[in-house]
Amino acid sequence: MKQIVIISGKGGTGKTVITGAFAALAENKVMADCDVDAADLHLLLKPDIKERNEFRSGKTAVIDAEKCVKCGKCVKLCRFNAIAENFVVDPVSCEGCAFCSFACPAGAIRMEENISGEWFISETRFGPMVHARLGIAEENSGKLVSLVRQQAKELAEKNNSDWVIVDGAPGIGCPVIASISGVDCAIVVTEPTLSGLHDADRVIKAAKYFGVTVKLIVNKYDLNTDMTGKIEEYCKSGGIGLVGKIPFDESVVKAMVKGKTIIEHSENSPAGKEIAAAWNFMRKKLEEKI
Amino acid sequence: MIISVASGKGGTGKTTVAVNLALSINDNVQFLDCDAEEPNAHIFLKPEIKKTAKVFIPVPKIDEAKCAYCGRCREVCVYNAIAVIPPSAGRKGKTLFFPNLCHGCGSCSYFCPEGAIKEVNREIGEIETGYAGSIEFAHGRLNIGEAMAPPVIREIKKHIKTECTVIIDAPPGTSCPVVETLKRSDYCVLVTEPTPFGLNDLMLAVEVLRKLKIPFGVVINRADLGDEKTDLYCDKENIPILMRIPFKKEIAMAYSKGEPIVMAFPEYKKEFIKLYEDIAGQVQ
Repeated sequence: MKQIVIISGKGGTGKTVITGAFAALAENKVMADCDVDAADLHLLLKPDIKERNEFRSGKTAVIDAEKCVKCGKCVKLCRFNAIAENFVVDPVSCEGCAFCSFACPAGAIRMEENISGEWFISETRFGPMVHARLGIAEENSGKLVSLVRQQAKELAEKNNSDWVIVDGAPGIGCPVIASISGVDCAIVVTEPTLSGLHDADRVIKAAKYFGVTVKLIVNKYDLNTDMTGKIEEYCKSGGIGLVGKIPFDESVVKAMVKGKTIIEHSENSPAGKEIAAAWNFMRKKLEEKI
Repeated sequence: MIISVASGKGGTGKTTVAVNLALSINDNVQFLDCDAEEPNAHIFLKPEIKKTAKVFIPVPKIDEAKCAYCGRCREVCVYNAIAVIPPSAGRKGKTLFFPNLCHGCGSCSYFCPEGAIKEVNREIGEIETGYAGSIEFAHGRLNIGEAMAPPVIREIKKHIKTECTVIIDAPPGTSCPVVETLKRSDYCVLVTEPTPFGLNDLMLAVEVLRKLKIPFGVVINRADLGDEKTDLYCDKENIPILMRIPFKKEIAMAYSKGEPIVMAFPEYKKEFIKLYEDIAGQVQ
């Protein structure tokens, strides 16, 4: 079983469109949506939820006003400015470190577990999918990503699947680190823009830092062929395999509006063909490694 | 006035709106790029950086000579950043510290009964400040391999000058970095595109803003691609649509070269000024 993750440095580069297309192309696989902050893959794959689970993570301090002696120790010690002068905890600022509850001389502070989201095991027309929804303004998205990854892997092992295809999280922080750790290959999707190259470079460095093999796809490459040239040079000098150059193609938006992958909607469109070629290339590369 | 520009997700044109808004007001403006994981605004504003400052978080340094391996530090560390191996027959004890897990809360050093833990600074990123023409500029950069952006964001926000019009480019998503960024904003502009993905992300962003009780409106980018559902949603939810930016290949080309719209197509300037006036009207 091989795990591949599609990441992008930043959202909006076409990561989910490509993940959806790969889901349509790959055989015998499990899908995982690790963009738990703003998951979109479900809009293409329309999962039918089979199993729903609470995600509990982290704790928040709660002050018992009856026991509180208003000594101010908690306010002084909290590094995250989460306790106001009136001894009310701001749950959004509280990092759950519990320092205040250990230090409170009146024993007035307890830590309450947060229900920070939900995760699901679902069935889709392409096979099983594990996905999640982080509660609004909740933290610990990295932990939820790890949970989704772990569940997808277990499901794939149980089903004897050949692939786990992961829609990764954006950025370079904890959610993306959790998305890429231990995968066989990370595919970075970028657009031919100055910011696109800048973001790709940062996420590629992060992936390399964690020892993950990286490949690159340029989406909408014909919007700026000079920039695409620069990205090609960047790949060459950095020894990063460029596995696809996808043209700007309005059928991608049309497919999305219909809630379909580009492969189902218009397999022979310029974008559809190029994504299929990229998948076949990746598939062979990774199968050779077995 | 502090105006944040957010989007639920990256790639919708958040930086485009923030940058063009700042360039259109142009007077007494401060621009803060709080997307510390992937800052981009500098590519368009091309600020001259005058100062660079490192961002640190305090982490424990354990003096093994004083450590009694009592395990108190491990008990009070809820992030599992400390492990204590007590001494056993013929083997010395060891207290291990995992810096990447540490949030810098200070609990361990405070509770160590032996006074064996002091705090030292660990660098996690940097803040650059300078000027883009008359616009005061600051952004932060999380170091590669680091997990926690909020301390960098807090540091950028220390530069806020309330006497200016402050434009903040927010990070994507709906979790801690976005919340840290949006806190204290007077208004938030949500940038979206009229596709099912865009609408889904917009609805999540709306929930964040309602939770934070910050007034907001929507800018629809690439307004002619996609479908009507975003308009219908905003209408139903009473969310003002402040501006529509059409999809034009020339705008995309200018963007790809790092050229702001109002520089490449000055006729857009008055629309961004109107956007600003609309916001100012709603805040008062």
